[in-house]
Amino acid sequence: MTAAVELRAITKKFGDVIAVDSVDLTIEDGEFFSLLGPSGCGKTTTLRMIAGLEFPTEGSLSIFGEEVGTLAPNKRSVNTVFQNYALFPHLTVLDNVGFGLKMQGVAKKEIKERAMEMIELVQLAGLETRKPSQMSGGQQQRVALARALVNQPKVLLLDEPLGALDLKLRQEMQLELKKLQRDVGISFVFVTHDQEEALTMSDRIAVMHEGKLLQVASPEEIYESPANRFVADFIGRTNLLDGTTSNSETVILSNGTPIKAENTFPEGTKVSISIRPERTKITQRSESSDSLSSIEGTVETITYLGNARVYGVKFTWLSIEVRDENRPGLEVFNVGDDVTVHWEHDAISVVED
Amino acid sequence: MSNAVEPRGLSKIGLQINGWLVYLFFYAPIVLLVIFSFSDSRNVGKWGGFTLSWYEQFVDSSNARNALENSIKIAIVVTIISVILGTMSALALERFTFKGKRVFDALLYLPIIIPDVTMAVMLLLFFGEFFEVLDNLFGLQLRKGFWSISISHIAFNISFVSVVVRARLAGMSTHLEEAAVDLYASRWKAFRYVTFPQILPGIAGGALLAMTLSLDDVVITQFVAGPGWTTLPVYVFGLIRKGVTPLINSISVIMLLSSMLLVGLSLLAERTRRGG
Repeated sequence: MTAAVELRAITKKFGDVIAVDSVDLTIEDGEFFSLLGPSGCGKTTTLRMIAGLEFPTEGSLSIFGEEVGTLAPNKRSVNTVFQNYALFPHLTVLDNVGFGLKMQGVAKKEIKERAMEMIELVQLAGLETRKPSQMSGGQQQRVALARALVNQPKVLLLDEPLGALDLKLRQEMQLELKKLQRDVGISFVFVTHDQEEALTMSDRIAVMHEGKLLQVASPEEIYESPANRFVADFIGRTNLLDGTTSNSETVILSNGTPIKAENTFPEGTKVSISIRPERTKITQRSESSDSLSSIEGTVETITYLGNARVYGVKFTWLSIEVRDENRPGLEVFNVGDDVTVHWEHDAISVVED
Repeated sequence: MSNAVEPRGLSKIGLQINGWLVYLFFYAPIVLLVIFSFSDSRNVGKWGGFTLSWYEQFVDSSNARNALENSIKIAIVVTIISVILGTMSALALERFTFKGKRVFDALLYLPIIIPDVTMAVMLLLFFGEFFEVLDNLFGLQLRKGFWSISISHIAFNISFVSVVVRARLAGMSTHLEEAAVDLYASRWKAFRYVTFPQILPGIAGGALLAMTLSLDDVVITQFVAGPGWTTLPVYVFGLIRKGVTPLINSISVIMLLSSMLLVGLSLLAERTRRGG
């Protein structure tokens, strides 16, 4: 099967600035693929190259096997949902949705039929004569989706489409987008800086940083076995403890404490141990514990989140975050309590610096 | 409704008086002009009873009508050409990068900054030399008149149109054009169906400005008009030198009404465009 989108050694320079640095990427047909990273990491530039709005400086880019590197955007069978939607303010919803078909020279009657069908699909029936300015953010979002999907693109590109919506609406749209993607069956390439959003929606995620691709994997894999310190830190919340490998089962933390941590790095490699706050358990100090999978400290801060409590636990040389889900019968600690933080040996991952 | 920042007492009254004074300052001369254009007295500032004779005189005067006709013809040609060139330069500066862009940008504003008289002398010199060259090279015997005036007006109106259209373009997100191209529009179609409708109010404003400036201009026109050729403002200016009669008032009222009509029409056009 040919890949939907294939990038081979794609580099994009703006003057002296390297926005995208030799990226290799394969996006399969029918998958929900997210490009994730902080702003300025090159994810939007990558998307714009697939759309044809930027041309790569070097490398090869193909869509369903066809080399499109410098092909004009209007000659590519991909469509984009832009950040802030970029709806045409002078056109009605119907004319906005029908725009792509009109440009392709489709007959007027068919344009209207297909546009109306799409407007119904995104649940905007009855609003087709409105102008974009007369609609809410969520409705504009749907118009933008309909305007792109009506052209039956082979790949749909989405550039932070949910960024302008408030939290609740955003979460609704996440589910809806995911469902829509399954229904239409084409691949969605979704750019976001919101790691939670990427984890929720994606089949696979590509994490980018400073123009480079750091890891491409499923949400589970990215979360459980991050490829390096940046990915571990960027995806979800985590505690990163600096140390050096001593053998394949032990890492010596920077203050000399040995921790049981399975790893594949050669002895003496500088690494970080990533311990997720929700994978740890906090107990009274007196209980006996395995010293290789725990550390003793004092509660320094408590953040009450409603569904959980996050403790900041201070050790002699560092503090870590511990998250306790708010279950019935939960033991609650106070600031200043002496505690032990422990974890199962598979709760941690060792990443290279 | 009143709140903490709303002016009260004396300051409120002061502000109201200020408002009325400003309006008085703006409109009293216009009202006077209109009143005295109906005055049956050769003395401009003296009321001599109601008459329409100054308007009749304007209609009867072939010189005045001729000048009006010239003004309108020039204004139309000037508006069309400077709107096209001005819009094109605005697009070039806002949407494209090219060598020498900054120089072009700076030079484009020159006609707005240069004093009218300087511009007039420059153009006078230019046409003198230019026509001589044409005469020497091709034996063309050109005289100053319609085209010299039109070209001069176009020369400064391009800048004004460009500034107005550019302001509109700058407020328009480039994402709209990208969206059009992403939706299979060619560059031309993206302009035709997305950019143009978006900047149309700017273009209309620019056109109105160009037309008004062309109809109004005295200084430059007087320099490049050549013998036997005159526009309405230049004609009025000539009349003043012979002695001021209320004929000037009546002509001014007609000019005033036509510009108000133009502005009214453009506002109306804008409103129907938005409503529909």
